[in-house]
Amino acid sequence: MARKTIRTIPQDRTPMPVQEPKARARNFAEVALGYSEEAALNECERCLLCPDPACVPGCPVHIDIPGFIKKISERDYRGAYDVLTDANLLPAICGRVCPQEDQCEGVCPVGDTLEPVAIGRIERWLGDVAIAKGWSNIPYIEPNGFKVGIIGSGPAGMACAADLAKAGCDVTIYEALHQPGGVLRYGIPDFRLPPGVLDGEYENLKRLGVNIECNTLVGRLFTIEQMIDEMGYQAVFIGTGAGSPKFMDIPGEFLNGVLSANEFLTRCNLMRAGEFPNYDTPLHLGRRAAIIGAGNTAMDAMRVCLRLGVEKVYCIYRRTKAESPARVEEIEHAEEEGIEFHWLTTPVEILDDGNGNVRGMRCLRMELGEPDESGRRRPVPIEGSDFEFEADMIIYAIGTNANPILGQTSKLKLNKWGYIETDESLATSMAGVYAGGDIVTGAATVILAMGAGRKAACSIKAYLGIRDSDRVYLPERSGSEGKIFGIDSEEKNFCRIRVA
Amino acid sequence: MIYLNAKAKSQTYKKIDTLCNPIAGVTTVSAARAANVVRIASLDAGKGDMGDSPEPGRGPDQGPRFEIVAREDFSDATYLLEIRHPMMAKAARPGQFVIVISHENGERIPLTLADFDARKGTITLVVQAVGKTTKQMQRDCQRGTRLFSVVGPMGVPSRVGDAKKVICVGGGLGVAPIFPQARAFKESGAYVVGVVGFRTKDLIFWEDKFKQYCDEFIICTDDGSAGIEGRVTKGIEQAIQKHADIDEVVAIGPPIMMQACAETTRPHNIKTIVSLNPVMVDGTGMCGGCRVKVGERIKFACVDGPEFDAHEVDFGDLMNRLRRFAADEQAAMARWSETCRMAGQLTAVDPSSQERA
Ligand SMILES: Cc1cc2nc3c(=O)[nH]c(=O)nc-3n(C[C@H](O)[C@H](O)[C@H](O)COP(=O)(O)OP(=O)(O)OC[C@H]3O[C@@H](n4cnc5c(N)ncnc54)[C@H](O)[C@@H]3O)c2cc1C
Ligand SMILES: Cc1cc2nc3c(=O)[nH]c(=O)nc-3n(C[C@H](O)[C@H](O)[C@H](O)COP(=O)(O)OP(=O)(O)OC[C@H]3O[C@@H](n4cnc5c(N)ncnc54)[C@H](O)[C@@H]3O)c2cc1C
Ligand code: FES
Repeated sequence: MARKTIRTIPQDRTPMPVQEPKARARNFAEVALGYSEEAALNECERCLLCPDPACVPGCPVHIDIPGFIKKISERDYRGAYDVLTDANLLPAICGRVCPQEDQCEGVCPVGDTLEPVAIGRIERWLGDVAIAKGWSNIPYIEPNGFKVGIIGSGPAGMACAADLAKAGCDVTIYEALHQPGGVLRYGIPDFRLPPGVLDGEYENLKRLGVNIECNTLVGRLFTIEQMIDEMGYQAVFIGTGAGSPKFMDIPGEFLNGVLSANEFLTRCNLMRAGEFPNYDTPLHLGRRAAIIGAGNTAMDAMRVCLRLGVEKVYCIYRRTKAESPARVEEIEHAEEEGIEFHWLTTPVEILDDGNGNVRGMRCLRMELGEPDESGRRRPVPIEGSDFEFEADMIIYAIGTNANPILGQTSKLKLNKWGYIETDESLATSMAGVYAGGDIVTGAATVILAMGAGRKAACSIKAYLGIRDSDRVYLPERSGSEGKIFGIDSEEKNFCRIRVA
Repeated sequence: MIYLNAKAKSQTYKKIDTLCNPIAGVTTVSAARAANVVRIASLDAGKGDMGDSPEPGRGPDQGPRFEIVAREDFSDATYLLEIRHPMMAKAARPGQFVIVISHENGERIPLTLADFDARKGTITLVVQAVGKTTKQMQRDCQRGTRLFSVVGPMGVPSRVGDAKKVICVGGGLGVAPIFPQARAFKESGAYVVGVVGFRTKDLIFWEDKFKQYCDEFIICTDDGSAGIEGRVTKGIEQAIQKHADIDEVVAIGPPIMMQACAETTRPHNIKTIVSLNPVMVDGTGMCGGCRVKVGERIKFACVDGPEFDAHEVDFGDLMNRLRRFAADEQAAMARWSETCRMAGQLTAVDPSSQERA
């Protein structure tokens, strides 16, 4: 086959089928419906299969992108899945929530002339196929006798757990909430990440032998020190996320009707407050909601508001659309759904209705000045530009601080913002204790958290003296005989070695 | 420890063969591991390894998770639940609380640890039926049943420090939660004056329990049917009159009562601690719903508290924020009462009979 060139490939990006904006703004079904097999194959045709691909280093976990795309084109879907999951344990999730435009797709050479290859969409399609077919790469695991405890069941904890379980460790994840998933569960709404997708990934984790213990607040029920000294853990990984919402300290913040996006989303996603009174958690929706901030969290909060029937939803952001940290796709979807964006606007006061409830907000208009340390142009207020508008619900989505519990209850060294300090290998100041994800970096992304979890798993293996040997394959078998505890014989098998 | 070299790899296959044939009955680590694959996660894992005490883990014979092992009704609105949770019983300290979900679709409600017994492996909660969730629990949480979720202990434990003479005050739903504090102060060698408030004589509970740890015990009732007539603040005044050297007052109860306590001790300049009860969701510092204003700063009661310096707390703000969901709570209550009525099993609970401080 002749090498593909930019002229021979399909010129247009295969469109993602989406629910119609009017309809979807009132339901919680997934917005982006996902590629069909045909669409995925078509989009794979657009990949030039560069010999020296830019997308691979563009991906935080270095997925062999041309590798799995090539396998899909050859219709070897299972093979493609193996290539993908070699680097990414949660393709169905990452395909949905990664900011691909800043990562793999951002550096795709096709994008120099045409629209870049829709790598995220292909990844998602493959991830969904795997869930539908029940594929999972469960290796034969030789236990190595080590016990590793993981604190937090977000993407960082999940990734770390999976890698360590595959290496033969006895892994237990402790999660404070009553359901696992971290932000993926309590933060990101159903229409962006259906709970079934998450459950599928957790099933795989359990099949690897990972124990998931919910309702366990580490630091308070037992400390990290106790895990190591009394509970027999040889190593511990901390992936507790950032998750302590920031407020602005402006007047009126304590009024009823003001809440953090985390609270709002937790009530809706985790506690199902939208289905009150069938579920007991209340929400108390307003009619006009203003969301402060324009990141992914803000987009999610706004779009949930809309779906629950809030009449007017405003986005208040002190910079411009170009500086917004949200995924481009989410802003586009939010715009289509009828969210009113107020760029270059900052709140200065929340107004009281006289009964302790929110009546509205006073804001200032901004303009962009000189670039700040982050390289983004700093917004500066325009004198005398303040104006008021009506709102009975104000949601803060302006970022998070480090969660203080583990800092309060252990000797872990924290940095000046309260995040856990680690070295290159993600080791903390306590021997055998590693940390990664948002609790180290501050709020970031799912894929970075996952990458950190995997990196920590590597470091923990090195710390414990576990070395991955060559992969071995089981001899060919046929029929049901080939199954060992439900594991197909052709599945990859890892033999684990502990260096004496 | 398992050590595999190239030769051992071939043995791996053998081992798999043995596993395939359970009749061979070889129990290898791998077999145990494989069993693990299908095991559903349970709270037991790891806990059996705490090793040092005979009671830490829950073997399969110890009953289901979060089982209610005892229940006691103090009045038609107040009930006690003793719950099996050996790890928590060991970890709990005075001043801490738990978050309970009573059933699958339930909300997360915070309840203070009213007692804990590491030896028995149980924790005790005393609940006042005030709304849908707590009334439904009153009906459903019988001995032998289980709660959907119990997580904790949460919050910073009380600083039971060097105070020599303290007053421990409990009113309404704060009577039970003050008990562990009174006990801890006593055990640390302090002179403890207990002051508790009830609406009327019939509602009094735990008198003996308190007396065991209090050097003086003052009961206040609204109607004067027992102890002194009036609010707990009257009891505090009385104790302060008698003892000029009170180091600390700890008060738990409804916000209005804690505010009154703060105002009672303020002129005397006595350090006063209150345990705040804002609406919470996660209890892990993640949502900010529990934020309170203390000394003009934002604090999250679930991770920075729940105990704060009473003289710094903005009670007006707390009380306003407790009304956040008033309309929804009433709707839920009305709907639930209706369901109960239709099911012909409405418990004889008169909303006006709730205890007040
Ligand atoms: C609303 C929202 C939308 C987002 N959208 C995107 C997106 O589209 N794309 C993207 O890439 N990123 C997105 N992010 C960011 C991304 O979700 C996070 O960066 C990522 O989840 C961090 O993973 P983590 O594993 O570090 O922590 P988390 O996902 O925060 O998980 C931490 C877990 O640890 C638990 N925990 C905390 N303390 C304890 C303790 N003491 N004991 C036991 N358990 C504990 C917590 O309950 C939580 O479940 C979004 C974030 C939010 C809030
Ligand atoms: C740290 C803390 C410790 C507590 N300890 C106890 C205790 O030991 N015994 C006890 O009986 N009660 C205690 N409470 C109060 C208890 O949580 C509420 O009474 C309970 O949530 C009411 O739920 P409901 O559905 O029955 O009533 P609702 O009708 O929902 O509410 C009744 C009142 O309770 C308050 N409330 C409602 N939901 C919550 C919530 N999620 N968190 C906090 N307050 C809420 C509201 O102000 C409301 O006015 C404590 C609260 C906190 C914050
Ligand atoms: S209850 Fe959510 S932060 Fe305290």
